[in-house]
Amino acid sequence: MSDLINASLRELSTALAAKKVSAAELAALFLDRIDRLNPGLNAFIALDRDKTLAQAKAADAALAAGSGGPLTGIPLAHKDIFCTKGWRTSCGSRMLENFIAPYDACVVEKLNAAGMVTLGKLNMDEFAMGSSNETSYFGPVKNPWDPTRVPGGSSGGSAATIAARLAPAATGTDTGGSIRQPAALCGLTGLKPTYGVVSRYGMIAFASSLDQAGPMAKSAEDCALLLNTMAGFDTRDSTSLERAAEDYARDLEKPLQGLRIGLPTEFFGDGMDADVRAAVETALAEYRKLGATTVEVTLPNSGLSVPAYYVIAPAEASSNLSRFDGVRYGYRAPDYGDLNDMYSKSRAQGFGAEVKRRILIGTYVLSHGYYDAYYLKAQKIRRLIAADFQKAFESCDVIMGPTSPSVAFAFGTKSADPVQMYLSDIYTISTNLAGLPGMSLPCGFGANHMPVGLQIIGSWFGEAKMLQAAHQYQKATDWHTQMPGGMQ
Amino acid sequence: MSLTTEDVSRIALLSRIELSAAERESTREQLNGILGFIEQLQAVDTAGIEPMAHAVDVVQRLRPDLVTETDRRADFQAVAPETEAGLYLVPRVVE
Repeated sequence: MSDLINASLRELSTALAAKKVSAAELAALFLDRIDRLNPGLNAFIALDRDKTLAQAKAADAALAAGSGGPLTGIPLAHKDIFCTKGWRTSCGSRMLENFIAPYDACVVEKLNAAGMVTLGKLNMDEFAMGSSNETSYFGPVKNPWDPTRVPGGSSGGSAATIAARLAPAATGTDTGGSIRQPAALCGLTGLKPTYGVVSRYGMIAFASSLDQAGPMAKSAEDCALLLNTMAGFDTRDSTSLERAAEDYARDLEKPLQGLRIGLPTEFFGDGMDADVRAAVETALAEYRKLGATTVEVTLPNSGLSVPAYYVIAPAEASSNLSRFDGVRYGYRAPDYGDLNDMYSKSRAQGFGAEVKRRILIGTYVLSHGYYDAYYLKAQKIRRLIAADFQKAFESCDVIMGPTSPSVAFAFGTKSADPVQMYLSDIYTISTNLAGLPGMSLPCGFGANHMPVGLQIIGSWFGEAKMLQAAHQYQKATDWHTQMPGGMQ
Repeated sequence: MSLTTEDVSRIALLSRIELSAAERESTREQLNGILGFIEQLQAVDTAGIEPMAHAVDVVQRLRPDLVTETDRRADFQAVAPETEAGLYLVPRVVE
């Protein structure tokens, strides 16, 4: 059975088709591992064995009838930001502690239709606001490589789950790095698509002009197969892009001869720890060995991406989260006076400290007299940041650098100072502002044997190219196959 | 610029988030820390730059004016804190 927990999605698909294992057996294998290992990790915050096994049996029936697809019968778990019909969907918040989603998010609908089996819902920073999973109402997720360290965030539950082999794959969302940073800190592969490629319908909104869902798994090949199912036009998301369907796995086997890798000067400055730098440099040497060339590029405004993001994202969040008023769904305070008092008390008690901080900042930067100075200014700088990328991609096919300036840090080391925490996304945020696709893949280990992530940034709609670059690297190296000790 | 306690109270009121007196003071310090950090944006010359509201330039799509949703009031009200006869209940707003 240990080969099944480390198997790729393609291998699982082959095993299912050959009747070497059934979907029900596969689901039970992972549910048993969750029962055994999750208490030490706190990655899963909703489980429903009966529902999971019923879905697995339906997948077995589809496989027996010959109507299955390449993902039918393969289990996965969803970040708790995705509405999942009949499942508690909390977004990591007390506000939605008792919210049973009455419908499926588009992503969930598509993965269900492909026959994938839902193992449960995954812990996350509250409303996806955090980089360490310490803001979850349900307590932090532990990093399987070292339980005294954070798994990253906000998709920390997704990352820890895959690292510990509690599921072969998971969904994640990325507003400023929330797929890539936890993927880096937990040693796995995660991809944030170009803005608009995956529907946001049913994905609880944080910052609508930045939010994008994507796959998290052990390898680039797995991510490509998942993205093939997750992507696609959806009329229910007004920013979903109407484009012809793509096979994101089409270029995986093409060699990297002639690939031009742009290395932004700004990503290789003083901000990065020495162990991260060493692993990234070694990865770049491997790419040159594989036939790629590296070229220096500049992103002169990228240093402004974190401050611009912390105007734009809270502004959008303050608007999006105004829906949580204790009337139609979510938490309502037990005691209150008039209607305004009910709103103010329900929101004070239902939201955690970081969410409240961002709503307050967002409200302030949008308020009368400050809108031009903060919000409009940040939007102008956003255009400068996007233009930098446009120019850089004139001389390269992909951009590479570190995903995170450090390996996973210990709990409590950054949570006291919001700005310090915000800076852990210094290399990931600019791609969200520009709407570009980005991914992280494991490229070695740093201090204390903690994983290091290599970030690949693609040009707009350059997912297939990024995945090709990642897959060819993963064929030549074995970092992505490493598993934390104690998780057998 | 730096927020006063009165500023924090006003922002909290606009946000409909109740803050105790003690929370107001710690919130004021944290918000000032964040505002100090984003202050660096002011030094950038953005003359003539169009604001970028969105990652991709898309135009709002229109759809035919047809009923596409079925009535799922009971499903949606099942998750509401308090309802009666198909209505959401809130404290009295009109005397």
